[in-house]
Amino acid sequence: MTTKEFKREDGRKLDETREIKAEVGIIPNADGSAMFAFGDTIAIAAVYGPRQMYPQHQKNPEKSVLRCNYSMLSFSVNDRIRPGPNRRSMEISKITEWALEPVLMIEQFPNMVIDVYIAILQANASTRCAGINAAAMALAHAGIPMKDLVSSVSIGKLDKHLVVDLNKKEEDYEEGEGATDMPFAFFSNEDKITLMQLDGNISTKQYKEAIELAKKACKKIYEVQKEALKKTIGEGD
Amino acid sequence: MTEEEKRKVVIPGEVIAKGDDYLPGEGTEKREKEIVAIKYGLIEEQDRLIKVIPLSGVYIPRRGNVVIGTVENITYYGWVMNIGASENAFIPVSEFPKYIDNEDLEEVISIGEVVVAKVLGITKRGIDLTMKSSGLGRVEEGIIIKINSNKVPRVIGKGGSMINLIKTETNTNITVGQNGIIWIKGSKIEEELLAKKAIVFVSEKSYIHGLTDKLKEWIEEQKKK
Repeated sequence: MTTKEFKREDGRKLDETREIKAEVGIIPNADGSAMFAFGDTIAIAAVYGPRQMYPQHQKNPEKSVLRCNYSMLSFSVNDRIRPGPNRRSMEISKITEWALEPVLMIEQFPNMVIDVYIAILQANASTRCAGINAAAMALAHAGIPMKDLVSSVSIGKLDKHLVVDLNKKEEDYEEGEGATDMPFAFFSNEDKITLMQLDGNISTKQYKEAIELAKKACKKIYEVQKEALKKTIGEGD
Repeated sequence: MTEEEKRKVVIPGEVIAKGDDYLPGEGTEKREKEIVAIKYGLIEEQDRLIKVIPLSGVYIPRRGNVVIGTVENITYYGWVMNIGASENAFIPVSEFPKYIDNEDLEEVISIGEVVVAKVLGITKRGIDLTMKSSGLGRVEEGIIIKINSNKVPRVIGKGGSMINLIKTETNTNITVGQNGIIWIKGSKIEEELLAKKAIVFVSEKSYIHGLTDKLKEWIEEQKKK
């Protein structure tokens, strides 16, 4: 099978993302908030802080602590999932922290904490990428000094073909070599990677191609994030 | 609204200006030859200095700020105040303009009352406030409204132009706390409500150029109704 014959099940091009939606300032009580959606995958993020750190022993006297909390709501998938933290959500919370911390300039707020709550309203794969994109916008909206914004996208390998922004059906692809899932996150304006994960098998050569593909897709995502932030200013807090 | 009326919005990481003609101010950073925004907000240029004015986010207290807060708790040594910052502030008894016996704190200001105070200093232990200055003290009547603390400079305007306009037009007395809490006091409730509307108008439209003139027109319109 050559690239030309390969078709994705929802008819997208190989380097095409699902429809992206972004909105800022959706949660009035939060200091910063944002929504980000890849098609059916919808994530909302709320930022509180910098505020006092409790429990106090987790304080860092050198800089502020970024504390992320990723949770999939019980109705976000077809089979109800048990609400509350689980192994997977704890892992994603941690990698979200690592993906976002490099852009934050939080040395000015020692002993404080910045809380980021990410909720997945509807899941159809790539939830961590949607969560990171929403959280980056929410952090900017909360007025936290940042070197840059973060944009994130998932790259998949279906059999031998690299595709952008996997959905659930593609994640479960079984023909040929099967499916490989690779979430990436980048600095939006600089050439820096803050998140890189791999679930499956891939050759080094193709992995490099995947990075290039992700960079290109992230540029488009960045434009959407930028637009959402720019048009919201002035409409309430 | 035309493009010219809108002030330019920047997001973190966006290049504002290139070359050595400009100086980086608050909310910006110099990277090699470019001036880059590090905060989300509006650009303001003063001569060669470029600043980014944030419009959202939490209140960060600074020394000398006049703030309005509510009494949360009373201790033997003073009042614990909520001023909307990341931690509670404290007014020691010694910072009250008159001598008070430690036993009588509750008689002077009780829990839930609103107080205008000034930030004396920020230490590791917390924020200290004082009431020893003119214009500070207990709020006795009027209405209290809350806006985002980052919009306070717009509500006050250059040299107090905006707030003075609202004061004279609505015939009220307004105290603006730097933490975004505003105390309006007038002789009639209608005047107070008009002043409140005017402040909300300013804080919602804070991204427009020449807002003072717009506000004048808006107040005229409201008065005709």
